[in-house]
Amino acid sequence: MNNSSPSRKVVVIDGCRTPFCRSGTAFADLRSYDLGRMAVSGLIHRTKIDPEVVDLLVMGTVIADPATSNLGREVVLGSQLPDSCPAYTCSVACVSSLQSFLDCARAIQTGDAEVAIAAGAETLSDAPIRYRRSVRKRLIAAQKARGAGDYLKLLRGLGPSDLLPEPVALAEFSTGEVMGENCERLAKRFGITREAQDEYAMTSHHRAAAAAADGRLERQIVPAYPPPRFKGVSADNGVRGDTTMEKLAKLKPVFDRKFGTITAGNASYLTDGGAAVLLASEEAAERLGLEPIAVLRGSAVAALDPLEELLLGPAMTVPMALNAAGLDLGDVEVFELHEAFAAQVLAVLKVLYDEEFCRDRLGRDEPVGAIDRDRLNTWGGSTSVGHPFGATGARLITNCCHRLEAEEARYGLVAACAAGAIGIGLVFERLDKRG
Amino acid sequence: MIQVERRPDGVAVVVLDHPTKPVNTLSPAVVEEFNQKVAPLLDEEGIRAMVVVSAKPDTFIAGADLELIEGLSETEISNMSREGNALLERIFTSKKPVVAAVHGAALGGGLEVALACHYILATDDPKTVLGQSEVMLGLLPAGGGTQRLVERIGLVAALPMLLTGKRVRVRRAKKMGLVDAITTPGGIAETGARAALALAEGSLKRRPRKKNLMDRFTATAPGRAIVLRKARRQVARRTRGLYPAPPAILECVETGLKNGRVAGLACESDSFGRLAVTPESRNLVRLFHAMNEAKKGIDGGSKAVRRLAILGGGFMGSGVASVSLGLCQVVVRDLSDEVLGRAARSIDDGLKRQVRSGAIRRVEADRRRSRMLLTTQVDDLEGADLVIEAVFEDLELKRRVLAEVEERLADDAVFASNTSALPIHEIAAEARRPERVIGMHYFSPVPKMPLLEIVVAERTEPWATATAHAFGTAQGKTCIVVKDGPGFYTTRILAPYLNEAVLLVEEGARVEDVDRAMKDFGYPVGPLALVDEVGIDVGAHVAQDLGRAFADRGLEGSGAMPRLYEAGLHGRKNGRGFYLYPKTTKKGKKQVNPKIYELLGGKARRSVDAAEIQDRLALLTVNEAIYCLQEGVISSPRDGDLGAILGLGFPPFRGGPFRYVDTVGAGRVASRLEELAARHGKRFESADSLRTPGSRYYVE
Repeated sequence: MNNSSPSRKVVVIDGCRTPFCRSGTAFADLRSYDLGRMAVSGLIHRTKIDPEVVDLLVMGTVIADPATSNLGREVVLGSQLPDSCPAYTCSVACVSSLQSFLDCARAIQTGDAEVAIAAGAETLSDAPIRYRRSVRKRLIAAQKARGAGDYLKLLRGLGPSDLLPEPVALAEFSTGEVMGENCERLAKRFGITREAQDEYAMTSHHRAAAAAADGRLERQIVPAYPPPRFKGVSADNGVRGDTTMEKLAKLKPVFDRKFGTITAGNASYLTDGGAAVLLASEEAAERLGLEPIAVLRGSAVAALDPLEELLLGPAMTVPMALNAAGLDLGDVEVFELHEAFAAQVLAVLKVLYDEEFCRDRLGRDEPVGAIDRDRLNTWGGSTSVGHPFGATGARLITNCCHRLEAEEARYGLVAACAAGAIGIGLVFERLDKRG
Repeated sequence: MIQVERRPDGVAVVVLDHPTKPVNTLSPAVVEEFNQKVAPLLDEEGIRAMVVVSAKPDTFIAGADLELIEGLSETEISNMSREGNALLERIFTSKKPVVAAVHGAALGGGLEVALACHYILATDDPKTVLGQSEVMLGLLPAGGGTQRLVERIGLVAALPMLLTGKRVRVRRAKKMGLVDAITTPGGIAETGARAALALAEGSLKRRPRKKNLMDRFTATAPGRAIVLRKARRQVARRTRGLYPAPPAILECVETGLKNGRVAGLACESDSFGRLAVTPESRNLVRLFHAMNEAKKGIDGGSKAVRRLAILGGGFMGSGVASVSLGLCQVVVRDLSDEVLGRAARSIDDGLKRQVRSGAIRRVEADRRRSRMLLTTQVDDLEGADLVIEAVFEDLELKRRVLAEVEERLADDAVFASNTSALPIHEIAAEARRPERVIGMHYFSPVPKMPLLEIVVAERTEPWATATAHAFGTAQGKTCIVVKDGPGFYTTRILAPYLNEAVLLVEEGARVEDVDRAMKDFGYPVGPLALVDEVGIDVGAHVAQDLGRAFADRGLEGSGAMPRLYEAGLHGRKNGRGFYLYPKTTKKGKKQVNPKIYELLGGKARRSVDAAEIQDRLALLTVNEAIYCLQEGVISSPRDGDLGAILGLGFPPFRGGPFRYVDTVGAGRVASRLEELAARHGKRFESADSLRTPGSRYYVE
């Protein structure tokens, strides 16, 4: 838990992102390096800052491309940022770029940086598909091999199935559960119905489509012209604005064929994209003539049980972050929660006004409260817009800040869950502006 | 320029460092210095090997000092080459190994110094480039290039380098066998010394290039003859016999192959003097100097450009973006997503090519991609220091676009139009700050064409002009500053020339005859092919506007082009103009469009004397150029010559319209124009200054 020290306030100048594209479509030939580069260079273009003033870049990403293992630094080198800007990469599953933001904020608070970029990027169109360990061991040993005899020895013990690629694991290492399976566990435990999930997902898609249609997302999206076809992409291409309860009802459950409720329609989907947020100390923003949208008021990080609470991170970080900011749930008008699955968000919402949970797990006399659905993710969310793992956090922050301005609200709250049972929450206050 | 360091291991390090110039150049003084300080080392007891290296950051040796040749006689110039060749031959035949450690440009004589060494070490760096550039100045390599380059990389690879001045980068040079080994810039003298010592000790051997089938073929006398004959034919076709240098180069190459290197070197020295005093070479050298002069900035207080906005993402807009991405952030705005997609593709293709050739590193290509923002949103244009507008040639549209952008510009931002003929003061008519409005007229394709015509309106302030000039120069263009007016300069002198070509066809000349005559005069492209390239609609428009402006001088222009346009002949853009442009491009001659004759004067054609065609067309251009100087549209004959050569293809070896008049004589030009005026009309009436007896445009 952390409140920003009063002497070094951290302000958000603005955020930008690439359009989010379903994996295997328009961005299929790009690396996460390209997506990160596009988001960061777009941010620099849109905010018009002098790239030389950026002191730090932290990049969140989950699926590492070994060629660009310090993705953040490679993105610095490939963008307008100067060689002198240090950068590193952090991996905290779906909250990676929220972690990037926290790291940048801490650096600003301690005076290690004045201006920073918190970014995230992910591609799921390409995966690091590996040979199996039995083959890898032999390939590495082969570098020392001399002559045919040595090579033949290496072949011993290999069977045909060893040559099949290693299945890419998106499961929790600790529990062996794929995230969707764990969410089924959660949905059943909290009685989240199929209808409720479908309704939530449909609303998310409709809201995303409406926001795109009336231009609310133009400010954050930087158009892309990706190779090989260079066809312009300026909107998120996975949004189904015409989806209906009937259409969603037709889909079969994916993670529990017999008794499950989670389908492809009420879950987020594999997406490619990048996002970046520009933040600074309040003094630096003034000195450089930058106009911040909001100031960071409080933050929280929580870690929970990976089996029964994998996706309940926000249930803890929402009250913790509010505490840090000295606020109640009712004070907040803008909520941006990550929608890993419709069931996950609904479970979190339920748990926040559940007396037992709030008493036993949060040590509270009273429940946290009910979040008004009409204040939550009103411009769409991960279920509809898509979820490039590393980039989502930066998108949530950007959305939150833009909504604070558009809706003339005072306080906004961002929270997300992540694999590994981590949660992060952030509270922002809009700055009255621009003289 | 030369320092020698004697190392304890017996290697002599020869460091080249011109005391005053930023680059190393060769001259008789340098040859003398070499003879005194370096040549004796080849015979000295304690010296086992030598390495030659430059202390300059960007060049090995950039070539010979051209200023020295001016004013010398043919014999004196040939002697310079003989002395140089004697020195280089001494190095080449020395028993002690000499290594050339090359970082940066090794051009002309600089490459010849490296070629005279036994081993060439070079850096794989964007600054390092090798070329035999003499032919571009109407000269030939006079330091052994015609001999040693052929020996090193083979006849087939050497000929394009010798005949076109083509440059190669180190990766390609290594593959060709021109460079023996690649190293890094830091400590290159030490690396060179190590190589020299290893060569002396025998632990390092220079591996001669693997001979392929072609090499074996050209090693035989008949094989060689065939290759040289083909080269001669190609040269004849390309230069149309107008440039004496390429045939001289081939002659020296052949002499060397037939009679040995020494005979070849003698041929070089003889030809060098002969070529250096030809008017062709003198004009090319002057052009080279004029281009360098133009690079010097102009006063007025130019502003730094950190952000460039380009309006219009078409062919011109994306071309301007390509040459600007190395300099600053570039925002390209267009209303059409498709157009922006095409711009993205063409810019990306250009970047990929540059990475492949080694001109830029891969990460630099990504940096340039990051610097570019392609957008349909007008708000993204905010904060630009310079705006270059490249939308359709429509006055209302340009005014609208200017108004839209001006709201988002700081007071000291410059707005430049790429228009080729719309008056700048008209575009600026409703501007909030007309003093920032200027013309920056690029030529297509932008990455290749060297000229930038900067058009200054009456209200344009000097800081705007200086900013445009500085930025254009940074983009690698040669800038001329001209006054606002109908057709500015280049379009104004081109229009009567193209118009006359069309008139000739109307009078019964054949299309191919007109084009051939002008190519024989030295233009790279015939005038009617050029009309097709530019577009018959554009041609018609320009003819109309300029015709109106200069009607009193008889320059109305034939009504032919609008008629052709009405009949559906638009030029290359729709496949039909004076020539046909079928979708499947076959190599070979273009087909004349038979419909042209139907529309212009009928099927019956007559032969017109080539000299007559050349006089009518060239003299109209020349005459118009002189009017432009008289009226202050251009500020000097030098700018006039640069504009005509670099923008319109006026034969460079003739030096441009003003040099042409000085060469032929103003009196002769004036009387020829009188004859033509009497026979063909008012438009040939000569400009005043031509009629002043003995007038010259250049004083030398």
